Amino acid sequence: MNETHHVLNDPDRLDFRVHRAAMVDPAVLEREMRRIFDVCWIYAGHESEVPAAGDFVTRTLCGRPIILCRDSAAKIRVFLNVCRHRGAVVCRERSGNARGYQCFYHGWSYDRDGRLDGVPGESSYPASFNRAELGLAQPPHVASYRGFVFLSFNPDAMPLEDYLAGAREYLDLVIDQSASGEMEIIRGTQEYTIRANWKLLVENSFDDYHLMSTHSTWLDYIKKSGVQVPKPAKGHVMPAHGVGKALGNGHAVIDNENFRGRPVAKWIPLYGEAAKPEIEAIRAELVERLGEARARRVADTNRNLVIFPNLVVNDGSSVTVRTFHPTAPDRMQVSAWALGPKAESPRARAIRLDSFLTFYGPGGFATPDDVEALESVQEGMSAWREIPWSPMTRGMAKEGEQLNTDELHLREFWIHWDRYMHAP
Amino acid sequence: MITRAEVEDFLFQEAALLDAWKLDEWLALLTEDARYRVPSNDSPEGDPASTLFLIADDIDRIRGRVARLKDPHAHAEFPHSRTRRMISNVRIVERSSPSPLGEGRGEGSGRGEGDVIVEANFTVHRFRRDERIGQYVGRYRYRLRVTDGGLRIALREAILDSLELGSLGAVSFIL
Repeated sequence: MNETHHVLNDPDRLDFRVHRAAMVDPAVLEREMRRIFDVCWIYAGHESEVPAAGDFVTRTLCGRPIILCRDSAAKIRVFLNVCRHRGAVVCRERSGNARGYQCFYHGWSYDRDGRLDGVPGESSYPASFNRAELGLAQPPHVASYRGFVFLSFNPDAMPLEDYLAGAREYLDLVIDQSASGEMEIIRGTQEYTIRANWKLLVENSFDDYHLMSTHSTWLDYIKKSGVQVPKPAKGHVMPAHGVGKALGNGHAVIDNENFRGRPVAKWIPLYGEAAKPEIEAIRAELVERLGEARARRVADTNRNLVIFPNLVVNDGSSVTVRTFHPTAPDRMQVSAWALGPKAESPRARAIRLDSFLTFYGPGGFATPDDVEALESVQEGMSAWREIPWSPMTRGMAKEGEQLNTDELHLREFWIHWDRYMHAP
Repeated sequence: MITRAEVEDFLFQEAALLDAWKLDEWLALLTEDARYRVPSNDSPEGDPASTLFLIADDIDRIRGRVARLKDPHAHAEFPHSRTRRMISNVRIVERSSPSPLGEGRGEGSGRGEGDVIVEANFTVHRFRRDERIGQYVGRYRYRLRVTDGGLRIALREAILDSLELGSLGAVSFIL
């Protein structure tokens, strides 16, 4: 299967299809791990999760246990959470503040900067034993973009800013909602497994074509609460205008006029009358700081951003940062957080979190139905021999603008996926 | 004074309604200011105003949740999951005196006993097609109000023990 292309892209015939074996074949996953997850920049976490020297969080990225932390100089570092002696995990806590990391198995210890600083019975090793070579291993590249920390296991990775390409503008739009110019991850992690191929969640995260059918109960709920949901224009699916855009390097976005309210900063009845002055004040601050046009861009559009391959930043009912890693062709582990402006008022924070839960997450009114949809798709993938191809041609015949319910942004992901899978 | 046995009868009755998907009857057990919460697994002690939960509903969103769950378009729960709840280790951990002003009281405290804080352990088995089986294990924390009509739920918090939601996937039913 390795040299088989799973993406058929024929612009002349206006044909674009994805082969369903890409969602079930273990050989495809193995190749993805080596050619995508080991090559691209991968989201590791947010600087705000580890604010002070010695702070750490542990997680599994690209199949490897890692520690995201601040070293003794409060510099952001990523270490492989693996002892150099026998390979045990050296830190088994989710988060905390550490003087260093000690493997409990034979007692090797490492300082905050990853240096091996303790080896019980070290004199039994021959003279060739060199502590300096046995510090905690690090990915070849770790870099941040405005608080978002990425790593790459690829020694030849291009600079992060170049990799992010047009996605930077969309991260900037998210971050611009913060009066302090900084965003932070809010305490509380939603971690869950979906029994589906990870690429189905990429598609789902910025596929507005499914919104009206999959999420009708959520729409009914917000309508009942008093939100004016316009009727879609003739020939359209969505209540408001929105476009799909490619951002380079496989990143893409849907960029929508907001109709559903935003903590920053468009009040809807769901937030309650008491929240109105707060939302208006946030809006006024935005206009003051950014000017009317930029404030409108920040506050009146919802944007679902996919940073290739597996980072989603959705700025809608609230801001969610979501990343996911495959553990099998039909299984992924999802981690999702709420992101909010650093130093936002307690009241605005409460509105943001409340708004988050209406739509997002394993107990929200929408995400569980997405999960059900993806698991349902995965079940159907088992018939890939009989039904090998999924069509992905929506909007392909259009000149110019592509809608959020078209599939340009999905095609963009798949074109780059195919490019990585077959790079020389 | 309300007894543990009365509380147990109430919780068992509530569990039976939820397992039978009699959600309107379940709603009738709640006070007008009721809240229902499931904290994120890594922050079981958080406050929903400053911590991301999985569920943090006020009474309006609880009613919205029930309306959604009764709609066949709530795909995650259609067909409905089968659930079976085991509730044990029921304890009254605190009794509060009734507020003299009746502040925040949706209904009168007929027996004049105020609220009781109750903790209980739960295992909720959930079954969906294709052998999707989940066991939600944790503890409940209730604030129950003693009213003329019997006990009513003012706060219902389901705190999961698993370190992540993981393969449980979703909390799309009433946990």
